[in-house]
Amino acid sequence: MKITFPHMGNTYIAVKAMFEDFGLEVVVPPKCSKRTLELGTKYSPESICLPLKINIGNYIESIEKGADTILITGSCGPCRFGFYPVIEREILKDLGYDVDIIVFDPPDGNYKELINNITRAVNTKNPIKMLKSFNRGRIILKEVDKLFEFSNKIRAYAVNSYEVDEIMQRFSEDVLKVKGVIETRKLIRRTFEELEKVEIDNTKRPLRIGIVGEIYTVIEPYVNLDIERKLGHMGVWVDKFLTTSRWVEHNLKPSFLGLSEEKKAWEAAKPYIRTLVGGHGRETVGSAIMYAEKGYDGVIQLLPFSCMPEIVAETILKTVRKDYDIPILTLIVDELTGETGYVTRLEAFVDLLKRRREERNFERVLFRS
Amino acid sequence: MKEYYLGVDVGSVSTNIVIMDENNNVVVKKYIRTKGKPIKAIQFGLKEIKEEIGEIEVKGVGTTGSGRYLASILIGADIVKNEITAHAVAALNYIPDVKTILEIGGQDSKIIILRDGIVTDFAMNTVCAAGTGSFLDRQAARLGIDIKEFGELALKSNNPVRIAGRCAVFAESDMIHKQQLGHNQEDIINGLCEALVRNYLSNVGKGKEILAPVIFQGGVAANVGIKRAFEKALDMEVYVPEHYDVMGAIGSAILARNEVKSKESSKFKGFEVADIDYKVKGFECNDCANMCEVIQILAEDKVIARWGDKCGKWTNLSDINLQRLA
Repeated sequence: MKITFPHMGNTYIAVKAMFEDFGLEVVVPPKCSKRTLELGTKYSPESICLPLKINIGNYIESIEKGADTILITGSCGPCRFGFYPVIEREILKDLGYDVDIIVFDPPDGNYKELINNITRAVNTKNPIKMLKSFNRGRIILKEVDKLFEFSNKIRAYAVNSYEVDEIMQRFSEDVLKVKGVIETRKLIRRTFEELEKVEIDNTKRPLRIGIVGEIYTVIEPYVNLDIERKLGHMGVWVDKFLTTSRWVEHNLKPSFLGLSEEKKAWEAAKPYIRTLVGGHGRETVGSAIMYAEKGYDGVIQLLPFSCMPEIVAETILKTVRKDYDIPILTLIVDELTGETGYVTRLEAFVDLLKRRREERNFERVLFRS
Repeated sequence: MKEYYLGVDVGSVSTNIVIMDENNNVVVKKYIRTKGKPIKAIQFGLKEIKEEIGEIEVKGVGTTGSGRYLASILIGADIVKNEITAHAVAALNYIPDVKTILEIGGQDSKIIILRDGIVTDFAMNTVCAAGTGSFLDRQAARLGIDIKEFGELALKSNNPVRIAGRCAVFAESDMIHKQQLGHNQEDIINGLCEALVRNYLSNVGKGKEILAPVIFQGGVAANVGIKRAFEKALDMEVYVPEHYDVMGAIGSAILARNEVKSKESSKFKGFEVADIDYKVKGFECNDCANMCEVIQILAEDKVIARWGDKCGKWTNLSDINLQRLA
């Protein structure tokens, strides 16, 4: 059995290490590229949202490298993501690929089905071994997300922000060469240390921007045209509301252990939107409010073209923007790879935030004197 | 000797170049169709300017527009700024208390909200071209009329036809349908102007507080039909500045002037760049899975800039950091 899975940001690092610990062979799909997108758009329904197209591209490229089993998470959510496993299975069948697809739906209280599927995937019935490995995977996921969060901070403070890029590029090359949980964690630690050595300028007061929106677009850098890096080089310290580790936390943590970030976002969104609108629409509204309350300079909403839940959120964000007096920029991504228009919007937004901050500082000085 | 500043706006449809004096007056302006060849357009414009006013001393250079990085490499810019900032700076030069800027260009349309001379909000069209100049261009060509007459014709209409404006494809089929029913051309054109404005206000201007004074600029501001449609929809006066078509270039010239105040000299490479043989060569780097499309700019067969790579190893070979943004 050779396992593969779709790309979603850094998730592959944890999944790879975890399944390697089970003694399974893992085929990490080649990094998302133009070819991935081309294959995906060729074989997917034209009107479907972008993540599915990228998924299909990932699968085909992995199958070419010898993968025969695909792991996917489901969502049960009333957005098109809920249909992904079914449609993807049909597309691959039509293309004549003989692969096994195992779907992990979030348990939503019922863990039996999930455990059944996990047993199928990992080839072991020993629950202790399973839980242990799973937990280690979760830890890596958390550490990797922390590492990237840290790199975002350093990029904003660094004297030469491109040094950070070089370190992270090396990391993403090396992580494919190491095997299993222990080696992966060692590499993460080493990269942390390298980042700490980057020369920083402590007098900088970087702008803070929170990124909210549709989870896949927020997490996968190929799809969002590397927004974190682009903003980092403009001197912005970026925070993403959604990361894979937070998603896992939200879906698997029993509720008596306290509120997950997503549930806090539901609370925050309550005055505007009280119910699920599919996908992460509710979280988008809530998280934008949370960023505003934390004193962020601005919020950027990302969504793939035609994403229904985020279109609902986009409309509500206009009111949030007024009520909380925080600039919010909405960016829609599709299969475009020309970045000029995208960069223009980001630059103009950062300019706007800079000037707002100068204004505010000026007012504060006036008020004090 | 008088001081002059050069502003260059390389857009999708037109490349605009202006020379301004130290009092922010336009000395020369050039509006050149880009026709997909930005390098040629810039060189052509510089050559014409040189022929027109002879040798002058350029104190500062600013570039903007979607080709701003390319332009900055070719001519040596002191400041490279996005269109939003450039347009706002230019509008403030004409109406110091302007509160709303409507800008419709070839490929982009934007709205900029200012309060007390500061940009407080902006929006740009997202994925739709229905409210832009290219769409009007195309429809004018289809109707077989010159785009310059488009607006005048619209003013002649006294019975506008309603055209669907939400989507360029819908608008076109709606127009054809109305044509076949026998509506006259002026009414259809006026209907199209109103549809474009409706789409702009509900798509780009959605949720924004549009207060007077309102300034309307960008290539489409030449169209008096659109101007009237805006005035009708907003129920307020809309100003079109004298140099509405080169406002981005004016803004970047003003920005350049402010930028070089604290500097000794300009990075301007001189009008001679018009005669240099520039070439652009692209290649796909296959060193890793990213497969980036790397662009190289060559001057007389020497590489002067590279960009487009994610890891930075090609850009690193050339020494200007700002290119990595592109």
